[in-house]
Amino acid sequence: MGYPENPILVVIDVDPAGGVASSTGALIGAASTIGAPVALIVGGNLGATDAAAIAGAQVVLTAPGDPAALTVPITDALQAAYRQVKPDAVLISNSIAGRDVAGRLAVREKLAVSVDAIGVTRDQEGIVAHHSVYGGSFLTNSAPTHGTPVITVRQGAVGARADAATATVEELQVPASGAVAAVAGEITAVEQASSRPELRGASKVVSGGRGLGSKEQFVLVEQLADALGAAIGGSRAAVDAGYIPYAHQVGQTGVSVSPQLYVAVGISGAIQHRAGMQTAKTIVAINKDGEAPIFDIADFGIEGDLFAVVPQIIEALEARKK
Amino acid sequence: MKIYVLVKEVPDTYGDRKLDPETGLTDRATGDVVLDEITERALEVALCYADENPDTDVVALSMSPGSATASVRRALAIGAASAVHIVDEDLRGADLGLTAETLAAAIRRGEPDLVIAGNLSTDGSGGMIPAMLAEHLGYVQATALSAVEIGANSVTGTRSADAGTQEVAAPLPAVISITEALPDARFPNLKNTMAAKKKPLEVLSLADLGVSADPAAAPRTILTAVSEKPPRAAGIKITNDGDAAGQLVEFLMQNKLV
Ligand SMILES: Cc1cc2nc3c(=O)[nH]c(=O)nc-3n(C[C@H](O)[C@H](O)[C@H](O)COP(=O)(O)OP(=O)(O)OC[C@H]3O[C@@H](n4cnc5c(N)ncnc54)[C@H](O)[C@@H]3O)c2cc1C
Repeated sequence: MGYPENPILVVIDVDPAGGVASSTGALIGAASTIGAPVALIVGGNLGATDAAAIAGAQVVLTAPGDPAALTVPITDALQAAYRQVKPDAVLISNSIAGRDVAGRLAVREKLAVSVDAIGVTRDQEGIVAHHSVYGGSFLTNSAPTHGTPVITVRQGAVGARADAATATVEELQVPASGAVAAVAGEITAVEQASSRPELRGASKVVSGGRGLGSKEQFVLVEQLADALGAAIGGSRAAVDAGYIPYAHQVGQTGVSVSPQLYVAVGISGAIQHRAGMQTAKTIVAINKDGEAPIFDIADFGIEGDLFAVVPQIIEALEARKK
Repeated sequence: MKIYVLVKEVPDTYGDRKLDPETGLTDRATGDVVLDEITERALEVALCYADENPDTDVVALSMSPGSATASVRRALAIGAASAVHIVDEDLRGADLGLTAETLAAAIRRGEPDLVIAGNLSTDGSGGMIPAMLAEHLGYVQATALSAVEIGANSVTGTRSADAGTQEVAAPLPAVISITEALPDARFPNLKNTMAAKKKPLEVLSLADLGVSADPAAAPRTILTAVSEKPPRAAGIKITNDGDAAGQLVEFLMQNKLV
């Protein structure tokens, strides 16, 4: 079948239930700014196809996949889709699964790869990926010397959304590569589903650090987050101490966030923590140590005991709502 | 069992990290360089296995500038039995594609049963090399492991996947990457540091490996622009006299954040 002009092949991350991951809207949105989104869904359910169309995919390619085989079935499907669609670019979520697939496709098809883009554009010479480096201290652009770029896109970084489309759905014929895959067991969620916003891409984030002192007391961070309608984050010290799962770690080796509001509670502001949050629009810090480096980048700092201040903030916010 | 551990020298995250405004490459002259913490943890995984299985050969493999010898020696001091250091001027600014091709060529020469890497470096944050190596080598890939069990014929572990955790099992030969949930490396004591000076350290060039960095040979990713953002400035700071909460909520309201 024919494909739209300037096709951008988008690999949709699929959750364990077969639904599309929350990164979908932004990935298709990014693709729509540089061409026509063609989505690939491997191992999705029926709803996944609809969701991709609603997010703006003009064509949806599907393949069955195999949840018990790591990475290889998705790579095989992506390779088949790539050869069939001949896209101008391949966009993939910069997730764990996404990076693995992107790397393998790039090797198989000898393509240039750009990682962790916070945006994509097109100029006369082709497609450019934009990156935020060293905690947002530097901005860089990357592009392939020639050929189609494979680009992984940072989750939560792209604001563009595409209009819903009436997608043509096509089932892909996928030749098996024969590459041996690791056997993968069922995925167990680390946390129960919650109504709180997701950390990546959240417009407000409240993070807690070692200063919270215990897992029980970390509840204060959750209460403040709920009063603000914010997502929850933590420092590596908080994660190492078991106050909060690793998926919430903000920083160099955790998640990078760029919210409208970031509230750091009992966090010293080590350089590796700042690397994940210093591009926030407004930063609020609460720390009993007036010399803590977090105050160097805070728009509003409170020097004080968090156990006294935070309950008062929650109370004031609740009072305001009434 | 032969285990290759990928170790990388990076700018110290505690220091001031800069990109060269002309090339967009890491400016190695600005701050200190260290072995990336995650690659030390990867080495620790191999060494723990070697502690229990004395016939294990742990080799540290690094692709880095000639100036990185001290970092490679550190891997030997921590406990690797030997090291392979790939040094070539043509690798300056190598993208992920060339890096993976070069590392794969070096691994092919050694034919290890297992390759262990960190999940993400702190400078490039690419997180793609392990999967790319698996594809080049035809090894089985298991990435993002937060627990690892190495067996005679397979490696198993817990994978921190995007939506939760899962158990994975890979027959050898395999490439795995590990997360920072795994322990820090042991500290090299003086004795090991002295002994490291006598351990074999092989230096290889692209020609030795039969790899071409010729830009025409394959598409490469290049940096086309780089700019520095001005650092953030501090704003208001108050000491809590009992009224800080009220002032903060006022500030949030003025800025339309509540
Ligand atoms: C390679 C590498 C990668 C790293 N990656 C990350 C990362 O991704 N994310 C990250 O966060 N860190 C990371 N780190 C660790 C980082 O260096 C710091 O150790 C960590 O951020 C410290 O966390 P913290 O601020 O919670 O703890 P601390 O530095 O111990 O600070 C706790 C703060 O709480 C304050 N406090 C204590 N009690 C109270 C109270 N009652 N009221 C108010 N304030 C109180 C203290 O004054 C102190 O400032 C990394 C380190 C390395 C080497």
